[in-house]
Amino acid sequence: MDYTLRELMAIIAAREINNGDIVFCGTGISMVAAMAAKHMNAPESIIFFETGAIDSALEEIPMAVADPRVMYCAASNGGLLESFATMQNRITGERVIGILGAAQIDKFGNLNSTSIGDYIRPKTRFSGSGGACDVASFVPRCVIFMQHEKRKFPKTVDYLTSPGYLDGPGAREREGLMPGGPTAVVTNLALMRFDETTKEMYLANYYPGITPRKILDNMEFTVDISKATEAAPPTASELKVLREVVDPQRIIL
Amino acid sequence: MDVHADKVMTLAEAIRTYVKDGSHISIGGFTINRNPMAAVYETIRQGIKNLHVYAHSNGTGVDELIGGGCVGAIEIAYGGNGRAAPTCIRFKQAIQKGTVVHEDYSNYQMSLRFHAGAMGLPFLPTRSSLGTDIINKWGLSKEIREKDPKLANRKLVVMDNPFDGWADCKKVVLVPAINPDVTVLHVQKADRQGTSRILGLTFADVDQAKAAKNVIVTCEELVDAADLRSEPEYNQIPFIHVSAVVHVPYGAYPSSCYRYYDYDPAQLSDFAKAAKDDGTFKAYLDKFVYGVKDHQGLLDRIGKDRLEKIKADPRTGYATGLDRK
Repeated sequence: MDYTLRELMAIIAAREINNGDIVFCGTGISMVAAMAAKHMNAPESIIFFETGAIDSALEEIPMAVADPRVMYCAASNGGLLESFATMQNRITGERVIGILGAAQIDKFGNLNSTSIGDYIRPKTRFSGSGGACDVASFVPRCVIFMQHEKRKFPKTVDYLTSPGYLDGPGAREREGLMPGGPTAVVTNLALMRFDETTKEMYLANYYPGITPRKILDNMEFTVDISKATEAAPPTASELKVLREVVDPQRIIL
Repeated sequence: MDVHADKVMTLAEAIRTYVKDGSHISIGGFTINRNPMAAVYETIRQGIKNLHVYAHSNGTGVDELIGGGCVGAIEIAYGGNGRAAPTCIRFKQAIQKGTVVHEDYSNYQMSLRFHAGAMGLPFLPTRSSLGTDIINKWGLSKEIREKDPKLANRKLVVMDNPFDGWADCKKVVLVPAINPDVTVLHVQKADRQGTSRILGLTFADVDQAKAAKNVIVTCEELVDAADLRSEPEYNQIPFIHVSAVVHVPYGAYPSSCYRYYDYDPAQLSDFAKAAKDDGTFKAYLDKFVYGVKDHQGLLDRIGKDRLEKIKADPRTGYATGLDRK
């Protein structure tokens, strides 16, 4: 079965979504993953956007979370205050899974999407938090898309934009954050998860044709690879959903 | 207040009257949607400098204001603009070169800050950002804050829950209110007194308006008050908040305006390409901003065919099947 790396990544992430989840999603591949899950493993999942649109019809793939395509046939079109309250609120927040991306991630799943180098005069500036810090602060589960490169998996992030497990077990509680944190990191090489006790990242699944060694070579910190198995490749029906239903115009994929 | 006051004026007059060098300003919309672009271009055209901008994620407008040399400082959550510019290009360059003072917040925090301003409170609490650099790292120093009476003396404050763990919460982050000198919005419909109706997502526009000392509303359609008042439950901003009303069709172009027109992917992408280099960016500004008298002049340069392509489909509210590659 032929498939592209981006298709594999979208499907690996889509499999993380459970039926009934409320999916907070951003743009690009995270939107593709959320839309795919609705047609695969989680038909009762609900996609919502920080801009305030809930359960949009998404006849066409949006290019930004404020794209008018998220407004069409939504259950409601609110605003930013409503959308973030949906996640901060424990009644609905407990059901939310966030999908995020970042420029850097450390072994505790802390994310940097702000800058590299000095904060005031950075070497490289990125977009900044947007709603990412809010999502990471509020919701019990997060999937993070990353590119596996040494500089993107540093020992310490240059700027901690969105909280993962901070400096380890008990840290979120100590700082006053809600329980929760990142649960999966989907990269171009592997699926990483976090140990329940140590809160440290480990290698869960390597993609077909990728060795655990290669994954470690693309990280500044070391992770446990003893539990790793090969990831199940996309099935014909998963690929059909991606190509014919989710992104037939090939805008993202 | 004269409830019948006619606030309609030209865009040039509205900007000249309410947007001054050094004004603290916020603009409406979100990334590629309903940014008040005609007003942004007019601000650049008038050469207004040293604005202090409050932004959650107003990508299209903020990047042009920075590129146009209008911005001295920015408090911001997100400087990105969809696929054309995952990080806004002039914003990125300005921060890397140190030409704009910047300070980072989250989108919820910026929304709450406008909400606090609209409510007349000094701050509001949230549980977002505990343990992060959004709390630890300031862009506006103590010295800058002390010199400017419009700025709170601290960025964010972490506080123990004074209700002793009530709502299963130990700590909260207090975010300071924002009261801009002026907020500029683009809406679908307004009347001559300023009562406004937004279709689709409102983002944080309503609080941005209610928190501001002055509000400029640009609108797709200038309608009779009776039209809006026949269904008042669909109006978000009553006229009491509004200082100026300007009728500007396609006033959000090249960002979208739900149920009227889509974003123009070609223009957003041309802007992003031009923005990468000072020379090409100057040529872009000369062509689309300085080289035209007003927004109609810019639209004439874009041409009727391009505008026809982005016209909203009445069923979906956007341009169904638009080529967005």
